[in-house]
Amino acid sequence: MAIDAATVRKVAKLARIAEPESRIEPLANELNGIISWIEQLNEVDTDGVEPMTTSVAMGLPMRDDVVTDGGDPAKVLGNAPRAEKSFFVVPKVVE
Amino acid sequence: MSELTGLTLKAALEGLAAKRFSSEEITTAHLAAIDASSALNAYVVGTPEKALEMARASDARRASGQAGPLDGAPLGIKDLFCTEGVESTAGSMILRGFKPAYESTVTSQLWRDGAVMLGKLNMDEFAMGSSNETSAWGPVVNPWRQQGRNADLTPGGSSGGSAAAVAAELCLAATATDTGGSIRQPAAFTGTVGIKPTYGRCSRWGIVAFASSLDQAGPMARSVEDTAILLRSMAGHDPKDSTSIDAEVPDFASFCGRSVKGLRVGIPREYRVDGMPAEIDALWEQGIAWLKDAGCEIVDVTLPHTKYALPAYYIIAPAEASSNLARYDGMRYGLRVEGDNLTDTYEKSRAQGFGAEVKRRILIGTYVLSAGYYDAYYLKALKVRRRIADNFDQAWQTCDALLTPTAPSAAFALGDKSDDPLAMYLNDIFTVTVNLAGLPGMSVPAGLDAQGLPLGLQLIGRNLDEGTLFSLGSALEKAADFRARPAKWW
Repeated sequence: MAIDAATVRKVAKLARIAEPESRIEPLANELNGIISWIEQLNEVDTDGVEPMTTSVAMGLPMRDDVVTDGGDPAKVLGNAPRAEKSFFVVPKVVE
Repeated sequence: MSELTGLTLKAALEGLAAKRFSSEEITTAHLAAIDASSALNAYVVGTPEKALEMARASDARRASGQAGPLDGAPLGIKDLFCTEGVESTAGSMILRGFKPAYESTVTSQLWRDGAVMLGKLNMDEFAMGSSNETSAWGPVVNPWRQQGRNADLTPGGSSGGSAAAVAAELCLAATATDTGGSIRQPAAFTGTVGIKPTYGRCSRWGIVAFASSLDQAGPMARSVEDTAILLRSMAGHDPKDSTSIDAEVPDFASFCGRSVKGLRVGIPREYRVDGMPAEIDALWEQGIAWLKDAGCEIVDVTLPHTKYALPAYYIIAPAEASSNLARYDGMRYGLRVEGDNLTDTYEKSRAQGFGAEVKRRILIGTYVLSAGYYDAYYLKALKVRRRIADNFDQAWQTCDALLTPTAPSAAFALGDKSDDPLAMYLNDIFTVTVNLAGLPGMSVPAGLDAQGLPLGLQLIGRNLDEGTLFSLGSALEKAADFRARPAKWW
C-alpha cells in the first residue's frame, strides 16, 4: 500500500490538520483509492515534454514599486479572531 | 413566480429601458420569490435591504438618463466572490462571519454597470464538489424532479446555488466559477446556460482561490444571449490579477444569432465513454444533426489524452488548493480554535473549520507536493497537462469548435455518490479538459431524459474565441427550442 497510517499522520502534520486517530486508517484507504487511480498517468509518455503550469502564454507583468493601498488598520483587523490596538493577537511563538 | 421573475435578462433590460416596470418592482418580485424558496437552500445570505437600495439608485439613474448596460437587473452572486461588508464564506465553516473589506473585481464591474445584488448563492465548500453536498450550509436542492417522484436531486456543483437560483427564477442571472466543470455541469443539471470563458478573461481578484491556474469566473442564465450580456460586464483586464489577459472584450451578444454556416465542428471520439446512458449519446447525435442542418461542417477529431485529464486534474487542483488554503490559519481572519500552542491552534482551527472533502484534497495536495513524490506525481501531471493542451491545438488544425455532452448523466439524487469520492469526481470527465487547457466551454440545455430531467451539450472553443461559442450556442438553443421549466413544488 502506497499510503500507510504513518504517511497519513505525516501529511496531516505537514498540512496542519489535526486528524483524530480514528480517521487515520479510513483516510489511508481513501487516499490510496485516489492515488492508485491517479497512477494511470504513468501510461503517458512524457519524455521531453515541458511541464505546463499555466495556460496564459505571457510573462509576469511588472509595475512600479510604489505603495498603492494601506493605512487602514481598522479594515485590516476587521475580521481578526482577536485584535488589540493595531495588532493581531496570536499565540506565543517565541518562548 | 411572477411574470417579472420569469423574464430573460435581455427582456428585463428592455422592459426597464422602456419603463414598463422599475428596478424596484422587479427586485421586489425576486425578493418575494427568494423568501418563498427556503426549501431549495440556494441563497446562503440574502441582502434585501441592499438590493432595494441599489434598485432605487438604479431607477434614479435611469430617470436621469444615465443607465448602464445592466442597470436595474437583479442578480445572484456565488458566495466565492468577496462582496464588501457582506458575509462571504465560500461554503466553509472556516470563513463563517467573514465580511470582506473589499469587493471582487468581477462583482464591482457588475455594480459599475448598474446591476442589483439579491444575495449570496450556496456552493460546495471552496468550490470542491460536484453535487453541492460539501457546503457547510447544507446542499442546494435542484428545482427539477424526476416525473412523478419527490426525491431531492442535486443541482450539481460547485455552482449549485447559482444554477438552482437561475432555474427557479430567483434571479435573472448569476455569477459562478468553474475550476473543473463547476459552471457547466450544474448548468446541464438544471436546464440553464453556463459559460466558462477563456482562462484570464475574468479577473480572479477577490474570488476565494481554489486552484489558481484553473479557476475562472463566468455567468449562468436562462438563455445563451443572457450569458453573453453578463459576461461582457464580468470580463476585462485587471492589473490586480497577474494572469488577467489584456485583450479587448467584444460585444459577445452580437455573436448570438449569427450564421454558423461553414463553421467546422469537431466531434472528439474519446468522449464516447463506457457506461454513458444511451439518451446522452442520442442527444449528442441530435446536436450534431442540428449543427449540420444549420450549415456546419462536422469533422471527426481525436483528443487521445482525454482519459488522463481527470487524474491529472486530481493532482494539480489539490496541489494548488493545499497551497492556497494554507492561508486559513486562524490568525488574521476566519475560525480560530485555541490550542496549547501555535501549531496546536493551527491544527485544531483547520480540523474544525474545513469539511471532509476539503481536508481530503488538502491531504492529497500535500502528499503529491511532498519530498520524494513531487516529480512522480506533480511534475508528471503538469507534463500530461501539456499533452492535453497539445491535443486541442492539434484539433484546431481541422475544426473551429468542439461539440460534446456536458456531463455523463442527468442530475442524480442527493446522497447517491457522497460516500464515493471517485464516483463523484467522474462527473467532471467531459468538462475538466477545458480547464487544463484554459479554453472556453459552454453548456446549453438541449433536451430532457425519459425521467423529465434536463441534459446539456457542451461547446468548446479556441482561446479567446467565446464569440464562436455564442454563435454555435444560440444555433443549438434555437434548434433545441428548450422551453421546459421545473414545476414549482418548493
